[in-house]
Amino acid sequence: MSHDMHRKARARMPFVPALAGLAACRDQEIVVTTMGAAREWPKLSSHPLDFHYLPSTMGQAPLVALGLALAQPGREVICLNGDGCMLMNLGALVTIRAAAAVNLTLVVMDNGLYEVTGGQQTVAAVAQTDFAGFARAAGWPSVLEFDTLDDWQVAAPKLTEAPGPRFVVLHVEPIGPAYQLPSLGPMSERIAKFRQALGVA
Amino acid sequence: MISGPSIAAAFAQAGVSHVVWIPDSTLGTWEPALEQSRDLKLLRVAREGEAWALAAGLWIGGQQPLVVMQNTGLFESGDALRNVLFDLRLPLYALIGYRSYLLANSPDTARAFTEPVLQAWGLEYLLATTDDDVPALVDHYHACRQAARPGIGLIAEGRG
Repeated sequence: MSHDMHRKARARMPFVPALAGLAACRDQEIVVTTMGAAREWPKLSSHPLDFHYLPSTMGQAPLVALGLALAQPGREVICLNGDGCMLMNLGALVTIRAAAAVNLTLVVMDNGLYEVTGGQQTVAAVAQTDFAGFARAAGWPSVLEFDTLDDWQVAAPKLTEAPGPRFVVLHVEPIGPAYQLPSLGPMSERIAKFRQALGVA
Repeated sequence: MISGPSIAAAFAQAGVSHVVWIPDSTLGTWEPALEQSRDLKLLRVAREGEAWALAAGLWIGGQQPLVVMQNTGLFESGDALRNVLFDLRLPLYALIGYRSYLLANSPDTARAFTEPVLQAWGLEYLLATTDDDVPALVDHYHACRQAARPGIGLIAEGRG
């Protein structure tokens, strides 16, 4: 079996409906997006507590989300990360666990590909890496994994009821050949509006 | 050498809320004072690039973080620094351990590249060598914060 066949052999849910399942039950949570999620989430949500971390440093979105969670302990923070991003900074799993941010949920949209650069396989896909296993080993109190949309749609509304921080892997299909990151306007203006929405401006 | 109690008291008084760090053998002596501070929350990261992103989230969320790392970590974390200070334009302040600064004629390349790298980034920095320099460091912190620009305090070290 080729490595690519290994990647495709797993059941995967479609990317946009997976995000839509979360958008449908989102209330006043801060949502931090990056990469593929930053492209699709703005089509599903225009909430003032959406923070699109774009332009970004690949791998650092969970840390930005951790900072927000620690700064705003009365709010839930959901970070929509990519698998390539997660792979680039696995140490974040340890850092977040050590910081004990109980109000943080880290969702990894795992498609096994670097879509932003044209769809090459990640080394994690080749190695068939178990991201959820990393989170368990790092001591995260809640680790969840979904590969069907039906299961995910049932679990998503109750996500923040589990003890935090929570690590969620969604096995998703690639977005497709039209992958292109959006232009969301000047970051400094978006940060100012976001801080205003938080009441800290 | 700059002491932990001096740094902790001065930056707590200056309004810092969180210290985001990876220690070296000089900065590491500050750990008890940082941990015992009633006003500072010490946050440990796994690699230096994380420090800039974590501090970014804290600042965006309304806190006043201080980043602390060695100059080698400054080099390692260049892309995160670039993103946070220049893409996001956040006015973060960092204390950077200046390894080998106090060793005359040191061949340490970390020493050789520290100031040229800061100059290349266009970052304003101030060198501190003893506790007597801490008030000037705090003044620099306040000046950077008031001007809403990033700044660096260089902490002179021996072997780091």
